[in-house]
Amino acid sequence: MPAKERKLTVARAMAEAMSQEMRIDERVFVMGEDVGPLGGVFGNTRGLFEEFGEERVRDTPISETAFMGAAVGAAADGMRPIVELMFVDFFGVCFDAIYNLMAKNTYFSGGHVNVPAVIMTSTGGGYSDGGQHSQCLYGTFAHLPGMKVVVPSNAFDAKGMMTAAIRDNSPVVYMFHKGLQGMGWLGTEAGATVNVPEEQYTVEIGKAATVSEGEDVTIVSLGMGVHHSLHAAAQLREQGVSAEVVDLRSLVPLDRDHIFNSVKKTGRLVVVDEDYRSYGVSGEIIASVVERDISILRYPPQRVAYPDIPIPFAHHMEQWALPNAEKIVAACLKAIQPDE
Amino acid sequence: MNPTLEQKQWMYRHMLVSRLFEETIEKIYLEGKTPVFNMANGPIPGEMHLSNGQEPCAVGVCAHLNKEDVVTATHRPHHQAIAKGVDLKKMASEIFGKETGLSGGRGGHMHLFDADVNFSCSGIVGQGLGPAVGAALSRKMQNKAGVAVSFFGEGAANQGAFHESLNLAAVWKLPVIFVIEDNAWGISVAKETATAVDRNAVRAAAYDMPGVYVPGNDPDAIFVAAGEAVSRARAGDGPSLLDIETYRLAGHFMGDAEAYRPEGEKEDLLSKDPILVYEKALLASGDLSESDNSDIKERAKREVDEAIEFARESPFSSPESALDHVFA
Ligand SMILES: Cc1ncc(C[n+]2csc(CCOP(=O)(O)OP(=O)(O)O)c2C)c(N)n1
Ligand SMILES: [Mg+2]
Repeated sequence: MPAKERKLTVARAMAEAMSQEMRIDERVFVMGEDVGPLGGVFGNTRGLFEEFGEERVRDTPISETAFMGAAVGAAADGMRPIVELMFVDFFGVCFDAIYNLMAKNTYFSGGHVNVPAVIMTSTGGGYSDGGQHSQCLYGTFAHLPGMKVVVPSNAFDAKGMMTAAIRDNSPVVYMFHKGLQGMGWLGTEAGATVNVPEEQYTVEIGKAATVSEGEDVTIVSLGMGVHHSLHAAAQLREQGVSAEVVDLRSLVPLDRDHIFNSVKKTGRLVVVDEDYRSYGVSGEIIASVVERDISILRYPPQRVAYPDIPIPFAHHMEQWALPNAEKIVAACLKAIQPDE
Repeated sequence: MNPTLEQKQWMYRHMLVSRLFEETIEKIYLEGKTPVFNMANGPIPGEMHLSNGQEPCAVGVCAHLNKEDVVTATHRPHHQAIAKGVDLKKMASEIFGKETGLSGGRGGHMHLFDADVNFSCSGIVGQGLGPAVGAALSRKMQNKAGVAVSFFGEGAANQGAFHESLNLAAVWKLPVIFVIEDNAWGISVAKETATAVDRNAVRAAAYDMPGVYVPGNDPDAIFVAAGEAVSRARAGDGPSLLDIETYRLAGHFMGDAEAYRPEGEKEDLLSKDPILVYEKALLASGDLSESDNSDIKERAKREVDEAIEFARESPFSSPESALDHVFA
């Protein structure tokens, strides 16, 4: 008999993972702006305040420097904080605590001090929120050694990776895309709301997943890009092209073997990234393949990424700049039929 | 010094323009967003932070400013922009994302830049203070006239940037006026649960500058307090902090259900709508005749209608022009 179906939004899956872990681990607590009675601007702490109260679900002042630093100190002292940075774009006011403390203290202490904190932060645009509320910054965080970085693309992974992140003894940056959250006002991508088991489980951090199998071309992506890639793969199928879609799920550690093995099979690579094009995830994915064996590639790797510009407010400009299924289809066809 | 009759009418008129502008924007914002409220849809997509109820802060302060004075604003900038003299047509157009907008649609409602009147804003809480300090420093170093004003919310006073900027401005004795619009809320978080002091004005003492609390959301009282702070800055006597009690009559942004408000608060605030209160007071004191009032209202409506029409009819720029202006 098939297991009972229970579809959850990413927001609810995140909240469920946190609440289940908070029930069994007294050290876990949540802090951030509007995470209390409001349940988070993006809904991912809904119900936690009611269940655990203000001691363990803390609305903070708008003082990211202080509460991010506090997360480092509390984590080092035996707590397991989950801190929300409402939009990843706000990292500027607390980055020192993140990359100079959270990411380095384990190393500086020779492994004697751990910082088991989770930063959960929203990413992505597409709804005209302008250039300070729409960025992804995946590459920015993944570039700095000492922090694990995960980017779930659906509710099943969202729950399992949240549980894994809380249990991890290293700091984990958990980046969720606003367009996958299941908040109606953000126009959620339907494919992100999937079946989620009620019981606790973990999704191992550092493992990519093939979410659609194919033979002709490998599309590697993360977060919202996975859904664009799946839509592109469906369109390509109608044209007789078989595309494989790999969901990275984790940027640090990066599952380089998984990527390599897929590209070895298809011979073609298209990377889809909503983050800025240069010096980021797309370049790293391509490098990880070519530095290992360039001969597996039958065509130069392609990338569909955000151009190197601040994100414009105007809808038509932003949509023009964002990755989408049509751009991915075009990149795949170019790689497959270079002469046409 | 108390405002003159002309100054009172100026403040009243600019509050009205701001309110009418936002009421119009509010209606248009909802176009294409019903029955399903999806922020991405409609002629004005994205977040929309209305300033209705907070107009007195903007006019009471900006009544003392000239074109050359610098204002840095926030994610909730419309009233401040209008009081500072930002071109209303270009501002409306920017909010629609049109080519004729202040930034050709690149900035949007949280990023209004009008170099002609030295106005700018940032959507990052607390990040307008540093630039205001820098503008004041530049005026001092260049021996150029002008003061800098940074508007921000009471929530922003808990950012490190607030404390660092006040200290820096005081140490260098710069012509800056820091203006807190205390609407008692930072999104859903009440000020009393987030701020250690009852009144942010007391924090000025830590940076050896005057800190004045202005209760009542009253344009005249704000005018008086701001007048002193601006004179002090112009005289080279250094920065001041104004801590103004104001009301946020709407949600944090459009779409906010406001369930966090205590029962009755909204009704109470609406009954104290500062524009209605001011109108009544001006009419009662004789500072405004009925015919002046209808002239002012008509003029405000005309200005707003023209700006909105300009925005509606303006073309969109080409999508590829998103690539322009990344560098100077
Ligand atoms: C550094 C930073 N943190 C958080 C936010 C999200 N945010 C936007 S407005 C806001 C509340 C601001 O409160 P306040 O300063 O009182 O201004 P108000 O909205 O009341 O005008 C928050 C938390 C942000 N934009 N920037
Ligand atoms: Mg406020």
